[in-house]
Amino acid sequence: MDILRFATAGSVDDGKSTLIGRLLFDSKAIFEDQLEAVERTSRDRGTEYTDLSLLTDGLRAEREQGITIDVAYRYFATPRRKFIIADTPGHIQYTRNMVTGASTADLAIILIDARKGVLEQSRRHAFLTSLLRVPHLVLAVNKMDLVDYSEERFDEIREEFSAFASKLNVGDLTFIPISALNGDNVVSRSENMPWYLGTSLLHHLENVHIASDRNLTDVRFPVQYVIRPQRATDHAFHDYRGYAGQVAGGVLKPGDEVVHLPSGLTTRISSIDTYDGPVEEAFPPMSVTLRFEDDIDISRGDMIARPNNQPQAAQELEAMVCWMTDVRKLTPRTKLTIKHTTRTARALVRDLHYRLDVNTLHRDEEASSLSLNEIGRVSLRVTQPLFVDDYSRNRLTGGFILIDEATHTTVGAGMILDAS
Amino acid sequence: MLQRDYTTSQLDVLEAEAIHIMREVAAEFERPCLLFSGGKDSIVMLRIAEKAFWPAPIPFPLMHVDTGHNFDEVIEFRDRRSAELGARLIVASVQDSIDQGRVVEETGRRASRNRLQTTTLLDAIEEHEFDAVFGGARRDEEKARAKERVFSFRDEFGQWDPKNQRPELWNLYNARIRKGEHIRVFPLSNWTELDVWDYIRREGIEIPSIYFAHTRKVFERDGMLLPDADVVQRGDDEPLFEAVVRYRTVGDMTCTGAVQSTAGTVEEIIEEIAATRITERGATRADDRSSEAAMEDRKREGYF
Repeated sequence: MDILRFATAGSVDDGKSTLIGRLLFDSKAIFEDQLEAVERTSRDRGTEYTDLSLLTDGLRAEREQGITIDVAYRYFATPRRKFIIADTPGHIQYTRNMVTGASTADLAIILIDARKGVLEQSRRHAFLTSLLRVPHLVLAVNKMDLVDYSEERFDEIREEFSAFASKLNVGDLTFIPISALNGDNVVSRSENMPWYLGTSLLHHLENVHIASDRNLTDVRFPVQYVIRPQRATDHAFHDYRGYAGQVAGGVLKPGDEVVHLPSGLTTRISSIDTYDGPVEEAFPPMSVTLRFEDDIDISRGDMIARPNNQPQAAQELEAMVCWMTDVRKLTPRTKLTIKHTTRTARALVRDLHYRLDVNTLHRDEEASSLSLNEIGRVSLRVTQPLFVDDYSRNRLTGGFILIDEATHTTVGAGMILDAS
Repeated sequence: MLQRDYTTSQLDVLEAEAIHIMREVAAEFERPCLLFSGGKDSIVMLRIAEKAFWPAPIPFPLMHVDTGHNFDEVIEFRDRRSAELGARLIVASVQDSIDQGRVVEETGRRASRNRLQTTTLLDAIEEHEFDAVFGGARRDEEKARAKERVFSFRDEFGQWDPKNQRPELWNLYNARIRKGEHIRVFPLSNWTELDVWDYIRREGIEIPSIYFAHTRKVFERDGMLLPDADVVQRGDDEPLFEAVVRYRTVGDMTCTGAVQSTAGTVEEIIEEIAATRITERGATRADDRSSEAAMEDRKREGYF
């Protein structure tokens, strides 16, 4: 059994909570005491139906205001897979939450109300999904029961959305007509839409192939922590020196020739260690400890790659940045802390090329700043080289966060472009 | 040649993520500690810590906030496990906080030291100058926790501000704090109760005996089975009876209920949990029942 992480974007109106509620219900991930609590609260508030959003909207302020203000993580499993849902609010003022939820997602579900068709917010969700390079996108055309399960209506929406999506970087796009309320095509195929020849949503989630979405080509191992036992659990490890980290790309094997960055020195992997014994190969997302044949000075923040396939050592970065704070704006000359893989440095915003309208994709080249939830293309200068790849090639070596130097809060998320 | 399919099992993915989180903390903070109660989640967390730094010993101390109302079997396990690992165990005592006048003991039948723990915990964090504190909380436990970050920022009062949390993207964790502030770190955030048990089975990890079915004198209150113990105040209208029970969670005796069960092995527990229709906190924790937002309110004050 493996794990699929997926993000859902939308508002209560789209039937998102109903859909999640149904997936949780039918996979028995909602428990009686949770359901009773939700039923009690719905009744107290005078709501006629059981408001399933109360399951996910856990904070006092959310329940009081009837809104979702943050990313909620929900869990369920079927015999085939474990699922982690990053449930994010859909409104434009929560763009940063959707960006956060999409950053780790293997798949995104965008819900469209069949009566309303493709709206501005559907286009925004699709754009953010593509910006964050979520490998699989499902467009769930919901409330099909309210359009008489019309194939024609479904086709119209599919054509309109496909035309828009062709302008984006959407890897794998699947359209599924559903009724979350009635359960049509959610868990099993619906008899109400014999014209639909695809699979149910759950079947798709259980079977979509994600193992090859990880980058298994470019070896990237950011050194996270040096293990050098001063008080070894065993005397045999007295001279042990291992480099621990989580594989960010490629497949590593003992005997492989590798290059250490920033030194550029080459050596070979002598052993890939874990608590459970040495392993014959390591690939994402494994956390392992590498040992090398030669004694090289290696520390946290360094990168291990292959001599003939190295990331860019860059001090000048081009990136799309999503700004995540209302405390200050991003402007040219802003100084920030940047964290990229295991390396932390200082960064200076050299230029803001344009601000992107996330609804229309219009580029405003006159813009002089980015405010909360705004996205723009930025040039950064960094105090020490970062070992980067295009975000489109590797999300782990292409993504970074920006931290405010005064408040220490995370104020931005960046995706590297043109790492060459 | 057959193309290898690099599929990774859910437990391997969760373990790799938790190890990454632990190493990140060890690398970025000066004085971390790991909250170890002898409960199953903290036991799993301890195993992850062993794995993350092997063959070096775990590079931070363990701490237990002891209400003085814990089960003997759990305290015995806590001490033995810490000794086996050669780890330093700090015991922060709620009784000491009471004796020093930092907190006042609740009175009455429902008196519990659950809430008093927060002061003891925060005092200990301040005394030892811990800047990162590992907790075994999971997001599937409770809905306020469903929105908490893996690296959860606490201000100088130890408070959690749910509306002002740091965005957390990819596997990049923001470890920046000022002196006096700290980060609560939850490496098991993405684990479910079933994942924890599957992992205990896979790894063959020992757990305290009270997790398995045993005969115990109990009484019923609010649909929960509370134990017969000196520290639990029982009314005349709450008769004792013998039952075959086990604990799904391990906490303070005054507010942790047992469930009727005959599960005597980890396999049987997994079967039981897979079929159960009640969450573990709903079944066994009086502390979460006081209101819709009980957990959120306690967490805001600095609770685990």
